[in-house]
Amino acid sequence: MSHLSQRPESGPDSYEVGKAIPHEAAALHVTGRALYTDDLVARTKDCLHAYPVQVFVAKAKVTKLDTAPAYQVPGVVRVLTAEDVPGVNDAGVKHDEPLFPSEIRFFGHAVCYVLAESLEAARLGAAAVVVEVEPEPALIEVTDAIAAREFQGAQPTVERGDVEAGLNEAAHVFSGVFEFAGQEHFYLETHCALAHVDEAGQIFVQSSTQHPSETQEIVAHVLGKHSHEITVQCLRMGGGFGGKEMQPHGFAAVAALGAVITGRPVRLRLNRTQDLTMSGKRHGFHAEWRVGFDDAGLITGLEATLTADGGWSLDLSEPVLARALCHIDNAYWIPNIRVNGRIAKTNKTSNTAFRGFGGPQGMIVIEDILGRCAPLLGLEADELRRRNFYSEGQSTPYGQPVRHPDRIRAVWEGVHDAAELDRRRAEIAEFNAAHPHRKRAIGVTPVKFGISFNLTAFNQAGALVHVYKDGSVLINHGGTEMGQGLHTKMIQVAATTLGVPLEKVRLAPTRTDKVPNTSATAASSGADLNGGAVKNACEQIRIRLEQVAGAALGVSAADVRFVDGTAYALGREAGIAWEEVVKTAYFQRVQLFAAGYYRTEGLHWDSTTMTGSPFKYFAYGCAATEVEVDGFTGAYTTRRVDIVHDVGDSLSPLIDIGQIEGGFVQGAGWLTLEDLRWDSGDGPNRGRLSTQAASTYKLPSFSELPPEFNVILLERAHEEGAVYGSKAVGEPPLMLAFSVREALREAAAAFGPPGTSVDLGSPATPEAVWWALTEAARGHEQGQGEHGHVTDGLNGSHPEPSDPDAPERHPESEFRQYTGLSSLTRT
Amino acid sequence: MTITADSSRADTTGADATVNGRAAALDGVPPYVTALDWIRGLGFTGAKEGCAEGECGACAILVARPSTTGDQTTEWVSINACLIPAASLDGQEVITAEGLGTPDELHPVQREMAVRGGSQCGYCTPGFVCSMAAEFYRAGRVADAHPGGHDEAEHGANGFDLHSMSGNLCRCTGYRPIRDAAYALGEPAADDPLARRRAGTVPAARATRVANGDAEYVRPADLAGALELLHERPDALLVAGSTDWGVEVNIRGRRAPYAIGIDRVPELRDLTVDDDAYVLGAALTLTELERRLDGAIPLLGKLFPQFASRLIRNGATIGGNLGTGSPIGDCPPALLALDADLVLASVDGERTVALADYFTGYRQTVRKPDELIKAVRIPRPLASVTGFHKIAKRRFDDISSVAIGYAMTLSGGTIETIRIGLGGVAATPLRATATEDALTGAAWTEETVNRAADVLGAEGTPLDDHRASAAYRAAMLRQSILKFFDETTSTDQGAGAER
Repeated sequence: MSHLSQRPESGPDSYEVGKAIPHEAAALHVTGRALYTDDLVARTKDCLHAYPVQVFVAKAKVTKLDTAPAYQVPGVVRVLTAEDVPGVNDAGVKHDEPLFPSEIRFFGHAVCYVLAESLEAARLGAAAVVVEVEPEPALIEVTDAIAAREFQGAQPTVERGDVEAGLNEAAHVFSGVFEFAGQEHFYLETHCALAHVDEAGQIFVQSSTQHPSETQEIVAHVLGKHSHEITVQCLRMGGGFGGKEMQPHGFAAVAALGAVITGRPVRLRLNRTQDLTMSGKRHGFHAEWRVGFDDAGLITGLEATLTADGGWSLDLSEPVLARALCHIDNAYWIPNIRVNGRIAKTNKTSNTAFRGFGGPQGMIVIEDILGRCAPLLGLEADELRRRNFYSEGQSTPYGQPVRHPDRIRAVWEGVHDAAELDRRRAEIAEFNAAHPHRKRAIGVTPVKFGISFNLTAFNQAGALVHVYKDGSVLINHGGTEMGQGLHTKMIQVAATTLGVPLEKVRLAPTRTDKVPNTSATAASSGADLNGGAVKNACEQIRIRLEQVAGAALGVSAADVRFVDGTAYALGREAGIAWEEVVKTAYFQRVQLFAAGYYRTEGLHWDSTTMTGSPFKYFAYGCAATEVEVDGFTGAYTTRRVDIVHDVGDSLSPLIDIGQIEGGFVQGAGWLTLEDLRWDSGDGPNRGRLSTQAASTYKLPSFSELPPEFNVILLERAHEEGAVYGSKAVGEPPLMLAFSVREALREAAAAFGPPGTSVDLGSPATPEAVWWALTEAARGHEQGQGEHGHVTDGLNGSHPEPSDPDAPERHPESEFRQYTGLSSLTRT
Repeated sequence: MTITADSSRADTTGADATVNGRAAALDGVPPYVTALDWIRGLGFTGAKEGCAEGECGACAILVARPSTTGDQTTEWVSINACLIPAASLDGQEVITAEGLGTPDELHPVQREMAVRGGSQCGYCTPGFVCSMAAEFYRAGRVADAHPGGHDEAEHGANGFDLHSMSGNLCRCTGYRPIRDAAYALGEPAADDPLARRRAGTVPAARATRVANGDAEYVRPADLAGALELLHERPDALLVAGSTDWGVEVNIRGRRAPYAIGIDRVPELRDLTVDDDAYVLGAALTLTELERRLDGAIPLLGKLFPQFASRLIRNGATIGGNLGTGSPIGDCPPALLALDADLVLASVDGERTVALADYFTGYRQTVRKPDELIKAVRIPRPLASVTGFHKIAKRRFDDISSVAIGYAMTLSGGTIETIRIGLGGVAATPLRATATEDALTGAAWTEETVNRAADVLGAEGTPLDDHRASAAYRAAMLRQSILKFFDETTSTDQGAGAER
């Protein structure tokens, strides 16, 4: 057992990690006292309100921008334009996201911002600004961009073995095309920033951001200032899900610029329509593939080209694509494989991180392939999946050994037992035989998800822990709280490491002036990284206090244990209270605070060859979902869900179960309900997001909650490589929702003859399910090669290779944003 | 103080409301300012803006209102603060999450939510707490374990109706811990002040005038006052629950120079039944109708649980749903099937118009600018066999892509009369008259229905949009009557589920 993962030997009742406790801010949440960035406006004097001037055309050159009429609106104070930018006019790090653009690249692109005394005045001022444009032809659908060869960024390939040989020797070869939709984050709190100028020209920005350090960097480069002049604070976010990893920076920069120019606090909060039409979403993808199976149903080869819909700029599309390529295997051994990736450039919002970060988009491809091909191979989909699971000694297509592949089987079998699948499948067969217009089915799918940032440098974190003279503890760390319970876990880690009760520990809001150079709270790594740093800081303090307590107790420091607020000498009953030890330490002039640091060991990744071991470990899980489909309409309900998931030794079981359930339902939303629609017609609304409101973009609600929803944490799941033996939990459960989609596919198939292969759109809305079951009920002939359907044999679609002229793949370009910054910043 | 709607009076009227027990002035608040912004401006920032169109419930608050069951008690009703004008709160009592409890002294609803992991990011939580509290305090919650005949899976053993939170969205939890919190709630304690408030004075409507510059919100005391104002200002906007207008204000930036609030006008809030008809006052909310009719009009009983969300139904009125003239309102297809009439009133008197003749074009009706809808009249006897199908992506709180209402009378297996109302397939709600003709007098058999399905599938002129394709809409018309036939003839208990 590693030092990092080992828990105190005093036993689980004596320490705080592993206890099921509520969210540290729960009492504030439920009483409405928890403050979010925009709640601070009511407490801010003389605040100005910023409002974007959006241009409603998908692609155009701005030929005239006249802000004068805005100043005629009472209450308008200032219109911010490109000319006001003292530093770099860029909201991103790749120089492709002008904060105040002169070219419109998506429908609703904001060209400038109006500042006014009231939101109403700002809105009217924005409406008064005159923008004239010269429209240009726009690419909306990902297929439009593929046809026009409009790509951006690198075109990496993950390759192993000989895919041609793998396909040639296969007993069965199938090919197909699959296009699936993206997803809107729909955090309940929209993007928001509130900035003011402190004394001596220091800028203080409160931002709803998952990445305060990068927000700080962008604000600095827009203002032409150094990072030490900017402080970014995030109290908490009303949801992030990846949508606040890259996207908040520009909004924070606008607020900061406004504050600098006017000398007054400036608030920029997007309303829901603005947030939906201006901020990026999960990437939809286009996938083209060929797969080979042997007679036993084992995959012999897979060739695929994945095209991510990047939107108008790169944002995080390259790393998202990299993760997609690294997750197309999911839990399956694919001996021969070649997967090409590319990023389409379309005139839509710039797609970005979203829980899973490309992982879901890679995994859905293989799950879709298995779901469609199983009937053609004469196998149950369940059985086809099981046969292809990784075994000990095998490695991923990019060369990382798959550690603990036995856990794939453990969660799989755990779900089969917990969900009583054999009994229920027999009941379902009876039900389906008796009900011509309603069909039920159970889908079972596994998850294997790699934990760590693909880019090795991001896998580091810092913390700052203070012990005050009265024994109270204050911790800071670089992670942000967006509801995932990170702060709760960090308090548990600190209390455990120091051997004090939870009540002794308070956590201060995330600020860049406390812990610098932090990574985004992303990639599920928040607890791993910041937990390592908090633990490190607390250990430094504890080791010093062991010296103090040892001297007082008359034993060696090595024989001192802090348990539940008391320092004991090994083998003795009596001890010294924590407060006493702390006070003594102060008078002995022992340092009572420490900066902690953590870096994930053992990672390496070559992003030129797309090989290496980028992940510290894999998180595993499995879900079984039962659905019922109404044959008249395609409407369906989820009747029961059973999940067994591997969170290592849980740091905080109530929090972890919450992440698993919430991730599952969010994934089910992506796959079944949430339906982003863009106007791709040739009219004036070409490129408009037509689902730009909660009334048209439907999230899962109570009606999507399965009546029976059971989550079991995999037992004896200690993870050597992570803090207190735990595993990351934020993203992996989202992908458990493939079980819903596969259940719907099987239920649709049940309307047709046995062995029917069903193509299912994604999202599988009632309409999509109805078309699928209608097709199945027709007993449709296979192998017709129509768009979207599986083609039997080698003559089907051939995934396009990568373009040899595409920009070179990193390592440099992933670093470019960081190495290039100082030269971009005017001083 | 009661204020009459006298435009000669000074702008300052003494309009105010209490929020969490604290009185706050409403004088001079512009009509476009929502209750949410006004309450947040007071420093109660628990209520949040999530969507600004009544879809997410992050803004939910509690308002003391006359009991929705029509008895002489007070009820804590949850509504979307983002939709109603702040001025409409004049004289009313509001409770937000802050007013229910404090971190040191949690309200029972707050305690269950907190300890069970019912909050993650916490942004939606105050709204959930308010919706949950409204249901916690609903009189007769335990005795009336399964109101409206909803699915048992959507009610707790404590009588808690999960539909009470159908208008609240959570993006983090997946809802299971929130459901468990709701189902764990007991009865309010004997000394619970909000429970005791239910027996206190029933909140009365208060006539109001709140003005700011040239914009005014006026609430007349009675129907005569309302008609008088409408006569003087035919450009006036009639606002009842504001569940449609609030969206226009927030999302499309529309502003009304002169708004007349008619939601509390007593003559619009009567519900009467005689031998000839049910007469439903236009300003009765959907919740009030749902509870007071209690299944007496079975077709409406099928509609109500599918009409938006509880938060919306608590505000939205039946008159408002017809007044907007929307082709996708959920009431018109059902009311067309029920052969409803509308009673339109103006200073010149009243007239009755068949609903089938009411809609003239996209969001256009025969209602004149100086008229308002006084009541909806549903003739008796009711047809014996009814059905309502709402085709939507989501079962709770969605807008229909197609809605179909059926009301049929069979005589010895023969269709004596049938009326079919359609929504979502044309610029207006409409009757499927060709299908009705094809069915009337025929035997209610599979052959008849298959034939009629082809006719029904060709009714209307459905469009492609983000909700559904035209082909799916047309297919759903066809499928609907097959499903209706299955519901009326199948012994399969689950087949009647409204999906």
